[in-house]
Amino acid sequence: MAHSSGRSLAASLLLIALASVLPMVLQPYGIYLLSLWAVYTIAAIGLNLTLGFAGQMSLAHAAFVGIGAYCTALLGAHGVPFPATLLAATLLAYGVGWCVGYPALRVQGHYLAFVTLAFTTLVFLVLRNEAWLTGGIAGISNIARPRLFATPTAYLRLCLAALLAVSLAVWWLLRSPWGRAFIALRENPIRAMSLGVDVRRYTLLAFAIGAALGGIAGAFYAPLVQYIEPSPFALGFSINLLMMVVIGGAGYFLGPFLGALIAVLLPEWLRFLHDVYLAFYALAVILLLLVCPTGLLGLSERLLAQRGGRPAERADA
Amino acid sequence: MLWDNIDLLIAGLATGATYALVATGFTLLWQTSATVNFAQGDFVTLPAFAIIGLHAAGLPLPLALLGGLVIALIVLGAMFKLLLVDPMLSHGLLPLGIAAIALGVALQEGTKAVFGAEAFPFPSVAGGFDLGPLFVNWQDVLVLGAALIAVAALQMFLARTRTGRCMQATAQNPTVALILGIPVKRMVMLTFLLNASLVTLAAVLISPAILVKFDNGGSIGLSAFCAAIIGGFNQVRGAIAGGLLLGVLENFAATYGPDQYRAAVPMLLLIGFVLFRPQGLLGRATERAV
Repeated sequence: MAHSSGRSLAASLLLIALASVLPMVLQPYGIYLLSLWAVYTIAAIGLNLTLGFAGQMSLAHAAFVGIGAYCTALLGAHGVPFPATLLAATLLAYGVGWCVGYPALRVQGHYLAFVTLAFTTLVFLVLRNEAWLTGGIAGISNIARPRLFATPTAYLRLCLAALLAVSLAVWWLLRSPWGRAFIALRENPIRAMSLGVDVRRYTLLAFAIGAALGGIAGAFYAPLVQYIEPSPFALGFSINLLMMVVIGGAGYFLGPFLGALIAVLLPEWLRFLHDVYLAFYALAVILLLLVCPTGLLGLSERLLAQRGGRPAERADA
Repeated sequence: MLWDNIDLLIAGLATGATYALVATGFTLLWQTSATVNFAQGDFVTLPAFAIIGLHAAGLPLPLALLGGLVIALIVLGAMFKLLLVDPMLSHGLLPLGIAAIALGVALQEGTKAVFGAEAFPFPSVAGGFDLGPLFVNWQDVLVLGAALIAVAALQMFLARTRTGRCMQATAQNPTVALILGIPVKRMVMLTFLLNASLVTLAAVLISPAILVKFDNGGSIGLSAFCAAIIGGFNQVRGAIAGGLLLGVLENFAATYGPDQYRAAVPMLLLIGFVLFRPQGLLGRATERAV
């Protein structure tokens, strides 16, 4: 029972520290990719909380990131300072996530996947069609970064600081009674209920907190790319986030860090394949899942267990 | 006005019938092997491309159709089951679901790499006939007729033949089926082959209307999922009713509703059904384990 053990926290801190010194040797594009990794990781940590720890299937996370990104871009355009837009994006995503959690009280598994999928598609349609608010397919350009963090390197450090804060907060959350309630929800909801866990409240919380992290990721994404339009927040991104979580290892604290790393780097490495690189990316994902269905961390755990090393990073109640 | 609506109804039923075929295959896979095939929509695209590819290579149409079916049976039936579903099934819904999504992406991008991003025409039946003030396309009649015959045949097969009953038993309770001496593994394989045949038929029927394009699978898949859920996930009859209802509603919404929100119709329907009638139109309410 050491899913969020000190070791996995230390490993994640090491990764963040490594990422913060890398810019010295990187090209601008590398710095951008690293920032993107930090943003994706935050979003994937959110999904991992909802899916990996609380066991609630969600294809809605792209929508939460989109809501955060548009909230930041729109408020920023009206001169609202970044800390305030960040807060607004987080709260808005939290509220929407709470509402999206309601279907999860009635249905589970693939039904929930379809409902959240439908929600993502609806949000995408609204972003695309309500041009008076969102700029439609033309999107919103010239999104300002906070003045103190205008250069790519400085903005990367800001993203990494956010990732650090999120990691520490989630690590704490998972060790708190809340985190244990989430895991109880995943492992055996009936037993959780009989032990006095308010299943209804924790299901909604699992969605809301996961969504809030998506909103935070969106709030950092918009100033990073400085131009947003609806298509990055469509269903494909939800699926991509899901792949990150599952490939890294759903329910492992470190999972999203690894999954996001692969999701950012693998397409870059495969870019020499030009037109067919996406097909090969998909095949690589399938192969990876065939070799380790419980994700990379699940595989490493299995290998460690075979060698008699210390197993059980994942929470097994 | 009335005749316009009847026209819409016929076209909607024809589209809906193809959704029903795809949704039926989807439901069958779910029933017999707990596989939620997120790539089902892209499964429709592959045989369509195979057929026009073979046809373009000089094979006469009937042979090209047969070739498309054989390719679908091998790739989407046997290989899908043996290489992807079998190794992953024991790890639960999620890894397999993601692998299926990735397979869908691979199919899309693969066909795009081979055939490019244009939309190809697909052979269809020309002409039509007058029915009162209405002009009915032979193609619509063919689609509706073929889909209904296929679905009726499938129902007969499942209900009346020994193999069909064995398949149903496998779907309802694999363990008991195995104890009763039913070759469960063969039945599951048969379901995958049946699904491959259904998507091939759907490809032949729907492709003339929407043209063959690498990314068709997304919207077809979504409509089929919706049809399956609206109809009740655990019933073949339900998938048919759901498909027809969805096809008709989509067509009417496209004519009378705002065009930008056309894609929202199945989504809203889906959310409404899951929230208020999760057992679907024809499904029986099952007690949730949770």
